[in-house]
Amino acid sequence: MKPAPFVHHAPRSVEEAVSVLAQVGHDGKILAGGQSLIPVLNMRLASPAHLVDINRVTGIDQVEVGDDAVRVGALVRHAELEYHEGAYAALPLLRQALVNVAHPAIRNRGTTVGSIAHADAAGEMPAILALTGGVVEATGPRGAREIAAVDFFQGPLETSLAEDELAVAVRFPRFAPGTATAFAESARRHGDYALAGVAAAVTVRDGVITDARSSFVSVTDVPSVLDLTDVVGGSEPGTADWAAAAEAVRAHVEPEADIHATADYRRMLAGELARRVLCQAAENAATTKGSSDR
Amino acid sequence: MTDMTTEQVHDVTVNVNGVPRTATVPARRLLSDFLRHDLELTGTHVGCEHGVCGACTVLLDGKPMRSCLMFAVTAQDHRITTVEGLCDAPDARPCATGERMNPAQQAFAECHGLQCGFCTPGFLTTVTAYLEENPSPSQEEAREAISGNLCRCTGYQNIVKSVLRAAEIRTERLEENAGESA
Repeated sequence: MKPAPFVHHAPRSVEEAVSVLAQVGHDGKILAGGQSLIPVLNMRLASPAHLVDINRVTGIDQVEVGDDAVRVGALVRHAELEYHEGAYAALPLLRQALVNVAHPAIRNRGTTVGSIAHADAAGEMPAILALTGGVVEATGPRGAREIAAVDFFQGPLETSLAEDELAVAVRFPRFAPGTATAFAESARRHGDYALAGVAAAVTVRDGVITDARSSFVSVTDVPSVLDLTDVVGGSEPGTADWAAAAEAVRAHVEPEADIHATADYRRMLAGELARRVLCQAAENAATTKGSSDR
Repeated sequence: MTDMTTEQVHDVTVNVNGVPRTATVPARRLLSDFLRHDLELTGTHVGCEHGVCGACTVLLDGKPMRSCLMFAVTAQDHRITTVEGLCDAPDARPCATGERMNPAQQAFAECHGLQCGFCTPGFLTTVTAYLEENPSPSQEEAREAISGNLCRCTGYQNIVKSVLRAAEIRTERLEENAGESA
């Protein structure tokens, strides 16, 4: 068998899961969809002694669309969120990004919250949590707390969740009226990890850009948001200096080289993808007058 | 710490191809190995074992998933369809060799949608589920639908043809079924 031996725990409630986590401490890992964890176990890059399998925990499998945010429970599979019409209407960016998460067979099993808790900067959903200024809801032996995206992602594959805390949900705040979004990435094969990916949110009011931001996949250490309002704010979408925005993106990202692409190529790609998605989001914001948001 | 000699085992019961099957396995038994070694259903093939190639794709409650990225204990009480179970689908028909085939199996046979055939079980389960979602895909959509499955013989031309042909066969059979029940 490929994975090393472990003890399987199957709690039925959040309280029970947290209590097991408190007992097993640093030797435990949470198993939800497992689409990132199980490859790591199969390759024995990790061999936790305990797996806390939350698949039978009740009450954490809902998508809730509120006036302010879309709240996604820890057992919501990527595919469920992708096909959720209410979530799409409230925050089109979710589906725009989710169709790029691996392949349908992976999205049927993997969870959005798990992907965020895994905190891989090559993952799409951490970048989306960052761009929306989202929040992770965590529960542990010391009670429940909320962690803002900016405080959540600490380093590559590292979050501010304590060993004995469970991420029970994330909230993706909805954008202000007049905002439109776009997402694009480039991968060697559709569904593979992106060489570079960019998400953009642009707000247009009275014909001019009032806010422009983007976040990135695979080209930064941790998911981060670049505010481009200083660069293109006050301009009309059709005449904004998107080349300057792309230049700001190239200066912001810090890609690494690997067997598939050099750092320079990824930097160039991030700039070009940013130019495209920012431009597209701005045009959509101008033409739909924000109807895609609220 | 876990001791190798006293590794915990679990009685796992899964409904496979319509039949409840039970085996006693360690928690670390992958669903792919559970199907192949414990239940002796060797139709599900194991390729990369980290979710990239798609050879091990089975249907869990009707949806395609990687059996190498699930543990058997997690599949407890769920409904699994492997490639062996596709011939029991309502739209399966006896073919020239006397075996029953579902539309995807029939189309892959007709169009020679395989070279060495190792990847075929994953393609068949993936395509079977996909056609439920999109009954008449374009060529481009067919390519997209199989992008999560790798054929190392690079036989994609015939596999794409097979997906399109499977859609035709499926539609014909659905119409026949509707005619019979009318």
